[in-house]
Amino acid sequence: MSVIEYFIKNIGLILKLTIEHIEITLIAVAISTVIGVAIGIFITRHQRAAGAIIGIAGILYTIPSLALFGILIPFIGIGLKPTLIALILYSQLALIRNTFVGIIHIDPSIREAGKGMGMSNWQFLRMVEIPVALPVIMAGIRTAAVMNIGTATIAAYIGAGGLGWLIFRGIASVNSDQIIAGAVPVILLAVGVDYLFILLERALTPAGLRN
Amino acid sequence: MSHVIIKFDGVSKVFPEGTRAVDDVSFEIFDGECITFVGPSGCGKTTTVKLLNRLVEPTGGHIYLNDQDTAQTDVIALRRSIGYVIQDVGLFPHMTVSQNIALVPRLQGWPERKRNERTEELLHLVGLEPAAFRNRYPNQLSGGQKQRVGVARGLAADPPVILMDEPFGALDPITRAQLQDEFLRLRRRLKKVILFVTHDMDEAIKLGDRIAVMRNGKIVQFDTPRKILREPADPFVRDMVGREGGIKLMKLLRIADIMDPADGMTIPADRLSEAERRMAESGKDILLVVDKEGRFQGTISYEQVMRGGRSGDVALLDRALPPAETTDEVGHTLEAMLRNKRVWLPVVGEDQKLRGVVTMTNFACFFTAGDAPSGGTS
Repeated sequence: MSVIEYFIKNIGLILKLTIEHIEITLIAVAISTVIGVAIGIFITRHQRAAGAIIGIAGILYTIPSLALFGILIPFIGIGLKPTLIALILYSQLALIRNTFVGIIHIDPSIREAGKGMGMSNWQFLRMVEIPVALPVIMAGIRTAAVMNIGTATIAAYIGAGGLGWLIFRGIASVNSDQIIAGAVPVILLAVGVDYLFILLERALTPAGLRN
Repeated sequence: MSHVIIKFDGVSKVFPEGTRAVDDVSFEIFDGECITFVGPSGCGKTTTVKLLNRLVEPTGGHIYLNDQDTAQTDVIALRRSIGYVIQDVGLFPHMTVSQNIALVPRLQGWPERKRNERTEELLHLVGLEPAAFRNRYPNQLSGGQKQRVGVARGLAADPPVILMDEPFGALDPITRAQLQDEFLRLRRRLKKVILFVTHDMDEAIKLGDRIAVMRNGKIVQFDTPRKILREPADPFVRDMVGREGGIKLMKLLRIADIMDPADGMTIPADRLSEAERRMAESGKDILLVVDKEGRFQGTISYEQVMRGGRSGDVALLDRALPPAETTDEVGHTLEAMLRNKRVWLPVVGEDQKLRGVVTMTNFACFFTAGDAPSGGTS
């Protein structure tokens, strides 16, 4: 029961850290979405570059997070900046790949009809490609968001703040109440965001594409 | 003939990998014409048509639309002035039927009310009840309904020229025949230049004012369906036409095409008393009786004139002979004549006015005129 006591006693701190955690994730997801979707669209227009760019995003994705922080710290220092950069880099694979796949898999006849009717490249992108690919792009954003919540937890180690701070402090001081007080909100946050995005995905799927 | 709308002048398309898809093709299309492009797959028919809206850019020659070189026209404006209908329809899955149809008008900035009116009009035109269909999504439509929407979308901004790339190719035979018939009905109502690609010679014959038969990127023959059926330019075209060329021609031709005028054979109903004299003058022993407006009333024979004592009584008229209509298929009329043991029939128009007569001699001429219509006899 000491966990609950700890929780109640430190509710202010836990809330503050949760909000911090959400902030980091939100900023990272927002920036990575803009970059990732833009790159994803770019490689649908330059498909020869697609393999290389998705490959690079794939390699970035496989770098262990502590190693990535380790590389970034000497150049950028510690804190929020290297954290955001790391989160954005990790998100790129999911975002670029989903945007690319979502757009590239649009039926060729739809593409031909749009072009033949005299839609400009931009009109076709805005009125057809993005709306039709939106569910797939949203799935990419969802993957990135959930992953960012996890990685942001580790980033507390390099001074990014967030709920990871409680966990690391708890480990350092062998205080399991503190560890749990950090871990449980992170888990809830990850599961909750995942669920929220499932709902969002459904809401954003155009009626004609629902089964 | 009216003026030239589309002109291909020595047009070629060589794809980067070296395929010569279209090889020095020249032709002209006149106002209001429907041209069917037919040939085996890979003959260049689709490429030829796509050269017009620049979905494919030519590697040689010039293409003119209304005397304007399409290479000099803004490609977006060019495409919006040409309706485009394709085999796989390509409806936008996230848009409703009416949003799909109204797309080009929307791109052109039509106000919403005008767009809605146009959509309703077009749905009626293609035989879809607006109340039932306007808010449906493409995945709620059958194949035939999808293509009806595709055609409506192609017509939406009222383009003067329409490209149709095998629009009925993916449909089952019954739906296909139905849409072909409606296509013909539509064509009578809308005066459009249509370039229609098909691999089916029967479809090309049925729908085209003229047919461009293509092979290996070249137009082998560019002629009316009749000419192609009667005088195929070479064995390839003969093969495309198939063995039943004569039968196809019978389906294609109307009685108006083979009938003779009824000159000197008519007599007004109120002047039957002159029948004997008229018969003597013309050497005919039967006359066609018409009313004041020229509508066919019946026939009167020399025998009847004699029996009636030259009285000029209208009751003497023989009304038993049902006339043929100018728009009847040659084959149907021939069949009816054989069944009723008639050697000739009067021909009337839709307004029942007498237009001419058709005799067995006309049929004989039809079958023996020109070259043998098909390869079947060789």
